[in-house]
Amino acid sequence: MTLEMSPEQIQESKIYREWGLTDEEYLKIKDEILGGRLPNFTETGMYAVMWSEHCCYKNSKPVLKKFPTTGPQVLMGPGEGAGVVDIGDDLAVVFKAESHNHPSYVEPYEGAATGSGGIIRDIFSMGARPIAILDSLRFGPIDNGKTRHIVDQVTAGIAGYGNCIGIPTVGGEVAFDESYAGNPLVNVMCVGLIEHKHIQKGQAKGVGNSIFYVGAKTGRDGIHGASFASKEFGSGSETQRSAVQVGDPFMEKLLLEACIEVIQNHGDILVGIQDMGAAGLVSSTSEMASKAGSGLRLNLDNVPQRETEMIPYEMMLSESQERMVLCVKKGHEQEIIDLFKKYDLDAVNIGEVTDDGFYTLYHKGQMVAHVPVDSLAEDAPTYYREAKVPERIQKFTDSEKYLPEITDSAVSEIFKKLLAQPTIASKKSIYETYDSRVMTNTVVAPGSDAAVLRVRGTNKALAMTTDCNARYLYLDPEKGGAIAVAEAARNIVASGGKPLAITDCLNFGNPEKPEQFWELTTAADGISRSCLALDTPVISGNVSLYNETNGSAILPTPMIGMVGLIEDVKNITTQEFKKAGDLIVLVGQIFDDFSGSELQKMLTGEISGKIDFDLETEKVNQDFVLKAITDGLINSAHDLSEGGLAIALAESAFANGLGIDVEVDLSNAQLFSETQGRFVLSISPENQAAFEKLLTESSASSEVIGKVTDNGILKINELSISTDEAVSIYEGALPCLMK
Amino acid sequence: MKFAVIQFPGSNCDFDLLWAIRDVMGAEAEFVWHDEKSLAGFDGVLIPGGFSYGDYLRCGAIASFANIMPEIKRLAKEGKPVFGTCNGFQILVESGLLPGVLIRNEGLKFVSKWQVLKVENNQSNFTTEYAKDALINLPIAHGEGQYVADEATLAELKENGQIVFTYADENPNGSVENIAGIINKEGNVLGMMPHPERAMEELLGGADGRKMFASLLKNFLVTVKN
Repeated sequence: MTLEMSPEQIQESKIYREWGLTDEEYLKIKDEILGGRLPNFTETGMYAVMWSEHCCYKNSKPVLKKFPTTGPQVLMGPGEGAGVVDIGDDLAVVFKAESHNHPSYVEPYEGAATGSGGIIRDIFSMGARPIAILDSLRFGPIDNGKTRHIVDQVTAGIAGYGNCIGIPTVGGEVAFDESYAGNPLVNVMCVGLIEHKHIQKGQAKGVGNSIFYVGAKTGRDGIHGASFASKEFGSGSETQRSAVQVGDPFMEKLLLEACIEVIQNHGDILVGIQDMGAAGLVSSTSEMASKAGSGLRLNLDNVPQRETEMIPYEMMLSESQERMVLCVKKGHEQEIIDLFKKYDLDAVNIGEVTDDGFYTLYHKGQMVAHVPVDSLAEDAPTYYREAKVPERIQKFTDSEKYLPEITDSAVSEIFKKLLAQPTIASKKSIYETYDSRVMTNTVVAPGSDAAVLRVRGTNKALAMTTDCNARYLYLDPEKGGAIAVAEAARNIVASGGKPLAITDCLNFGNPEKPEQFWELTTAADGISRSCLALDTPVISGNVSLYNETNGSAILPTPMIGMVGLIEDVKNITTQEFKKAGDLIVLVGQIFDDFSGSELQKMLTGEISGKIDFDLETEKVNQDFVLKAITDGLINSAHDLSEGGLAIALAESAFANGLGIDVEVDLSNAQLFSETQGRFVLSISPENQAAFEKLLTESSASSEVIGKVTDNGILKINELSISTDEAVSIYEGALPCLMK
Repeated sequence: MKFAVIQFPGSNCDFDLLWAIRDVMGAEAEFVWHDEKSLAGFDGVLIPGGFSYGDYLRCGAIASFANIMPEIKRLAKEGKPVFGTCNGFQILVESGLLPGVLIRNEGLKFVSKWQVLKVENNQSNFTTEYAKDALINLPIAHGEGQYVADEATLAELKENGQIVFTYADENPNGSVENIAGIINKEGNVLGMMPHPERAMEELLGGADGRKMFASLLKNFLVTVKN
């Protein structure tokens, strides 16, 4: 049990510093907000979490303002639980991604599991039924037991939560780099479907309306989780286990079904709904009131409690999982109580909406907090941080591009080694632990460029992906940020979809350091540039800063989650070659782009040099490929990314055990070059004429480079290997490293 | 004839199963909540996959004590069709409607993939539409699907042709005799770990599950809407 200090003791001991408030912020609360009154223990605790970066984006708000967030397709942009995009037929897709990085290092299974749980609640708090989960994971090199344990437990946590709640995990990405060894990244994206009329808002309005607490009981877990996520890691962080929550997917399944039943069948009495995520009860309720310009009066005696003698400070800050807040029209309380009873869930009236603009808490008959509600939420501080270009950037921009040479006799060996790099190798051993087919909508499961789910009751499908190559951002955050969005779009296009919008998780280091802040703000410029060019506004997102361990930051990693619309299921395209005799086509030209490539990392052990990115050509190529797909000319499509053309060709040949015979005017090294905006397609010979006619109408460049064979040999210029051997290297690498 | 698709708290393949039997196959079916005490008006039971009651005890153990369970047992005894997939299979063995037990996969990990099965007995009420020894492809998705039984039970299962599906090419969970699905001695109760309800249309990767439902509807003389 936490012992409460008096307001004077708080001021004297400066305990608030440990909770993440600065002296200036404390004084601002005391003098400007409370008119000289010393905040008490509960109030100080609430300000500490609400003013953390994790809750109020105080360092990142000016950066987030740069993003384009509107478009005719956007029904709801950032600001609510998740963004909403129109897909026609009165349907909309709802999606968002969230990070759970710090908890996943301290307690990998629960950290990852509750990351899934939190983002799923964000989706159904909008009124949508969650239909898919994707992840984006970053770990240190798998060369030690600790990292193996983290990889094993993080993926088990994601599997454990998603499999149990019954939402398919359909896609994702995993990469490895030294910078994540002490600070893994666990980003989870959830996608939901909704009819327009059911779209909800997280608001508490209408004087006298009731505030309902529904779901699991409140315990002492996760207190100060938001502040924990807003600090750098030191070597003592592993003792911060109390800041990690514990998940219960079964409870969340009940909560999900109950909330959807309220929204669909009792929408007339529901005023607002929001999930209790970071900073739990205080965050959800104060945001709901602040957004609506209302006040709130809550009686904490009614909060369902799992432990005895909890004090208001603990109840307000607890991050116990699987809890939601509902604002219900006065007089209809019993309807809600009865509905949740069917699921054996608590649904308790804990207070009411007022019009005084204050956030007022009572406990055991005493008023224990009384502060202006906006000061907790909408009016939290914003900081404009100093930005400074890190020294390395100038060095990279000034340097020559990295140019490897590979001899004819070495090219096959290099190819085999690349196939076994953990970032390239098959992730089958991970995604086969995820139920990817529950709900029977999954058309393209993990393993292709993007996952595809049909939209039941229509002829449409949704393509979805997560992407980010942080190495490019390390070399050039602007171009790297632009590439991350472009690559996500390329994945959507290769699946036959038109990119609709993005969500993001901005994983960066400490924004109080000017070099780190520069990376963040410059990456945002790049992301915005691509979003504008590709017409994919940012509709939701999450910021995870302070990803540093003992002073050393992760690679700048803005994960991009993208959803695209496939107008007709017949346009769904996968990456694998379908039959021998098909022509293999390369769209786009390949140049010497080795800086930041997998090849550079493998051959030199580091990344360096200048990178190029041609967004205009990217857009032209994407438009051409999408047109060729919708015209029905394409049998397979795959984007070129890590490992370049050779790896993309191999991956396309693997699924059906086919061979390829490719002659292309490239050097041995260029087979592994990572020039952006390229695709490998396969087409039937009878479609060649129509394909080439279409090409004349576009400024895209494209050439036939070979054909699919049934001889089981991958032959690309001087490179030659049997498909079977390549598959066994590709699929065996990760399981072998994990042993 | 109307099927009850039982919903336990934590069932998550309930919508898939209802969709398969009603929307794809055209039979009459509706959801029945675990707390109901009667199955009057229903002539068949389908138990979906998922994590009933969170599977926090042994899988299916708590569900076997649900209020609806005596009614399911009554229908089974009357010779009406009872089918359970995945968690539904676990519930059927825990409630004693099928012999044996299901334990943690041999590899200790959840396994989700398409799996080749062999139809060992195409004379059962649930498999007559399949060719003899047919190899079929169905999705599996489970963490506790390793079927085990004592020697005497296994001998009896074999003797009576109660082993209807086995895992072909590889055994994903360590089940004894590669067992993937069994029927009771009377032939009206089928439990299986794979998910035929997820293999109902080519768009989703395969339609080999349809023949299981088609066999069931044909042999129990169910009339369906076209």
